[in-house]
Amino acid sequence: MCDNRVVANFTPVSALVGGALIGISATLLLWLTGRIAGVSGIMHGALSARSPWRWLFLAGLIAGAALWMALVPGAFAPRTGYSLLLVLLSGVLVGFGTALAGGCTSGHGVCGISRLSVRSIAATITFVTTGMIGVFVVRHLLGVAS
Amino acid sequence: MTHAPARNASALLTGFIFGLGLAISQMVNPKKVLDFLDVTGNWDPSLALVMAAAVGVAMLAFRFVLKRRQPLFESEFHLPRVTKVDRSVLIGSAVFGLGWGIGGYCPGPGIAALSAGSVDALVFVAGMVLGSLVYRRFGAPSG
Repeated sequence: MCDNRVVANFTPVSALVGGALIGISATLLLWLTGRIAGVSGIMHGALSARSPWRWLFLAGLIAGAALWMALVPGAFAPRTGYSLLLVLLSGVLVGFGTALAGGCTSGHGVCGISRLSVRSIAATITFVTTGMIGVFVVRHLLGVAS
Repeated sequence: MTHAPARNASALLTGFIFGLGLAISQMVNPKKVLDFLDVTGNWDPSLALVMAAAVGVAMLAFRFVLKRRQPLFESEFHLPRVTKVDRSVLIGSAVFGLGWGIGGYCPGPGIAALSAGSVDALVFVAGMVLGSLVYRRFGAPSG
């Protein structure tokens, strides 16, 4: 939805608008309920304890994305053709890793860094680094288009 | 607790705004995320701006929120109790990042992408639930 001539595919305006909404969401959740908007923590909590608010947050997450797709047809086409075995493996690693680390891109990356948590800053540096390694292995060493 | 309905409504609303943000920023598209992590390929810096904007807003606003004695609909703030950099956070984040780089989804976008009826995202979320259960069965500290 934005054009840029420096780097192909770079969409700075939608990135800033979407990111600001994520920051507003995290602020409102903390102010209203005292909870950290960490999606992995909310998901692990929803699976392990009886807590309607966590399921409602996750339902809202899906509904919010659905609204945008309804407003802007063609905004997002689901990925097809990528190895579902690799997708499943990645899901298991993300589920286990975020549970062990106590957070993901939102809990550590957005909320933790915003609180200047050293633990979250270390987490973010670590997962961005191994994320780069993961994509390097899949795309450039294995030669799989992802 | 009399505030439970208000807390539930707040969770639904904030989840909704979060999902809207993920969709607008195109983070629900795993290719967009992988293009950010692919620094040796055709690099797309968009994800860094999403993070910068989210952190920019939250860092500023959290200061005011956390100055309050308590949240609006709750008696206390539920902030993380563990604050030190330990092996759990480093190993866990390393494993998470590897999965993120292989699949292109982190938890929020993976769940939000279910809205598009993505089989790809459904398989990812199923894997994530499996990983969560494996952690609880084998990886969680006992007690």
